[in-house]
Amino acid sequence: MIKLPQTTQALLKNPLALSGFIIVLLLFACAVFAPVLAPYDYKEVNVRAILAPPNIHHIFGTDELGRDVLSRMMYGSRISLAVGFVAVGIATLIGILLGAVSGYYGRWIDSCLMRLVDIMLCIPSFFLILAVIAFIGQSIWNIMAIIGFTSWMGVSRLVRAEFLSLKEREFVLAARASGAGDMRIIFSQILPNAMAPVFVSAILGIAAAVLIESSLSFLGLGVQPPLPSWGNILTSGKDNMETAWWLSVFPGCAILLTVLGYNLLGEGLQDVLNPRLKNK
Amino acid sequence: MIIYLIKRLFAMVPVIIGVTLISFLIIHLAPGKPTDVMTELNPKITPEARARLEKYYGLDKPILVQYGLWLKRIALLDFGNSFSTDSRPVIDKIWDKKLPFPDRRLSVTILINLLSMLLIIAIAIPVGIYSATRPYSLGDRISTVCVFIGFATPTFWLSLLLMMLFSVKLDWLPISGLKSLNYATLGPWQQVLDKSMHLVLPVFVSAFGGIAGMSRYMRSSMIEAINNDYITTARAKGLTERAVIYKHALRNALLPLVTILGLSIPGLVGGSVIFETIFGIPGMGQLSYQAIMTRDYPVVMGILTISALLTMMGNMTADICYGLVDPRIRVK
Repeated sequence: MIKLPQTTQALLKNPLALSGFIIVLLLFACAVFAPVLAPYDYKEVNVRAILAPPNIHHIFGTDELGRDVLSRMMYGSRISLAVGFVAVGIATLIGILLGAVSGYYGRWIDSCLMRLVDIMLCIPSFFLILAVIAFIGQSIWNIMAIIGFTSWMGVSRLVRAEFLSLKEREFVLAARASGAGDMRIIFSQILPNAMAPVFVSAILGIAAAVLIESSLSFLGLGVQPPLPSWGNILTSGKDNMETAWWLSVFPGCAILLTVLGYNLLGEGLQDVLNPRLKNK
Repeated sequence: MIIYLIKRLFAMVPVIIGVTLISFLIIHLAPGKPTDVMTELNPKITPEARARLEKYYGLDKPILVQYGLWLKRIALLDFGNSFSTDSRPVIDKIWDKKLPFPDRRLSVTILINLLSMLLIIAIAIPVGIYSATRPYSLGDRISTVCVFIGFATPTFWLSLLLMMLFSVKLDWLPISGLKSLNYATLGPWQQVLDKSMHLVLPVFVSAFGGIAGMSRYMRSSMIEAINNDYITTARAKGLTERAVIYKHALRNALLPLVTILGLSIPGLVGGSVIFETIFGIPGMGQLSYQAIMTRDYPVVMGILTISALLTMMGNMTADICYGLVDPRIRVK
C-alpha cells in the first residue's frame, strides 16, 4: 500500500525525483493559471508583429499571424496536461480491470486476455491511432480516448503479475475464510497492494501520452488551430523553418521538459516505492 | 528445435486472427458505409450503382461473413482499390512492380528501419557495456542523463532541429526526399553516396529513441549477467577481465536483447509515419499519412494490416532467434 507522507518525504530526498516533481508542479501552475500568467490572449492577432523574433514585448517571439508564442504555449500546456491525464486514466482503468480479472481467475480467462494483449502489442499503435482518428474524426476527446484504448497493455501485465503473486498470500486466504466475495477480495484486498507499480507506470504513461498528442497535432491530426497545442505550434515552426527558429525551438523544449519531468518523477517514485530494484 | 518452431507457428494463428479482426472492425468504426466516400463525391451515381458497389464490397451480408470474405481477399493480397483519383489497387501503391526494387514504398521503409536498427545495436551495446562495467562512474552518469533526454525528445522536433542545422544553415545534407534531382545522371558510386546523404538524418532520427531505450536495457541486462555465479567462477579461474566481460557476461546479456529488439519493431514502424512525412521520403509512412489526410480508407486499412502482419513476423523471427541461441527457451 502507498503511504503518502513517507513516500512524499522519500521523494523529496531523491534529487532526480525532486527535479521531476518541480517540473511537473511548474507545468501544473502554468496550465491552471494560464489566463492570469499569459501576457496576451492566445488568439490575439498583432499584424504589426508577424514572425517577430524574441523581444521585450514577446519573449518567445510571435507566429505567422503575429500571435504571442509564449501565451500560446501556456494555453497549450492545458491541452497536454488534459490529454495526458485523461488518456492515462482510461488506460489505467482498462489495464487494472483486465489485469486483475486475468491474474485472479487465471485459466482460460487469463489465456484469452493475455492473447488480446499480445495482439494489441503487435499492431503498431501509432498507425492504429492515426487510422482510427482518420475514421472517427479528430477531436480532443477522440484523441484522449484512442490513446487510452491503445496503451493499457503494460498496466494489465503489471497488475496481472502482482495478482498472481498476491492471491496466494495469507491475507487473501484470511479474507476468503472470513467469507469475502471475489469482488471484495479483488478490489479491497489485493488491488491496494498492487497499486505501487501501477502508479509508477501511470506517471510514465503520461509522458508517453504527451509525446503522442504532440506528434498527432504536429501532423495536423490532433488539436486543431486556432486552439494552441505544442504540436501545432511546431507545425508552423516547420512551415517557417528558414526564418523563424523560435517557433520550433521553444515549444519543442516545452515538450522535452514535460516528458523529462514525468519520467524523472516516475523513475524516482519507482526507487522510493521499491527499494529492492534500486541496486539493480 | 522443430517442435519449438511448430509451437511458435501455431501460437501465431490466434494473433493473426486477432490482428486482422481488429483492423477489420476499425473500418466499420467509420460513420456511414466505407463506399460513401466514393459515392458522395459522384453526383451521377444511381441507387443501382450504389447497391452494386455495396454488393462488390459485400456490405449487404452479415458482419462475420464480411470478415471472412475480407480475410479471403487479403490472403490473396487484394486490399481493394484506392479511393484517390488514380484508383489503383492498394497493393500496387505499396509494392509497385513498375519501380525498381529499392524504390518500392515497402522496401524504402524496411530499408530505413533495418538501418536504424543496426545503428541502435551499434551504439547501444557498447554504451550499455561501458555503463554496466563502471556503474555510477562519471561516464555512466552522463550516459544516464543522455538516456533520459533521449527518451523525452520528440522525434519530429529533433527532425526539425536537425533539418534547420544541417540542411538550412550548414547546407551539408539534402533537406528532403530520397534522391537528388540529377540522380539518374550520376555514376553508380555517386548514386550510392547521394542516397546515403539523404538517408543520414532519417535513419538517425528514427534510431534516436531506440538508442536511449536499448542502452538502458543493455546496461541492466549486463549488470544482471555480471552478478551471476559463473562470472565469479570465471574470475576465480584467473581469466582476464576482458575475457570475463566479453566472453562470459556479454553473451548472456545479449540474449534478452533479441526479444527487446523484436518488441521495438512496432515503434519503429509507427515512427516512420512521422519522419517520412517530415523528410518527404516516399515510403509506407508517407503513403499512409497522405491516405489518412484524404480519407483513402482502403489504403489506410491495407497499410495497417500489412504493418501489423510484418510486425508479427518480426516478433516471430525474434522468438525463433531466441530459441536458437538459448536452448532453455525451447524446453519451456
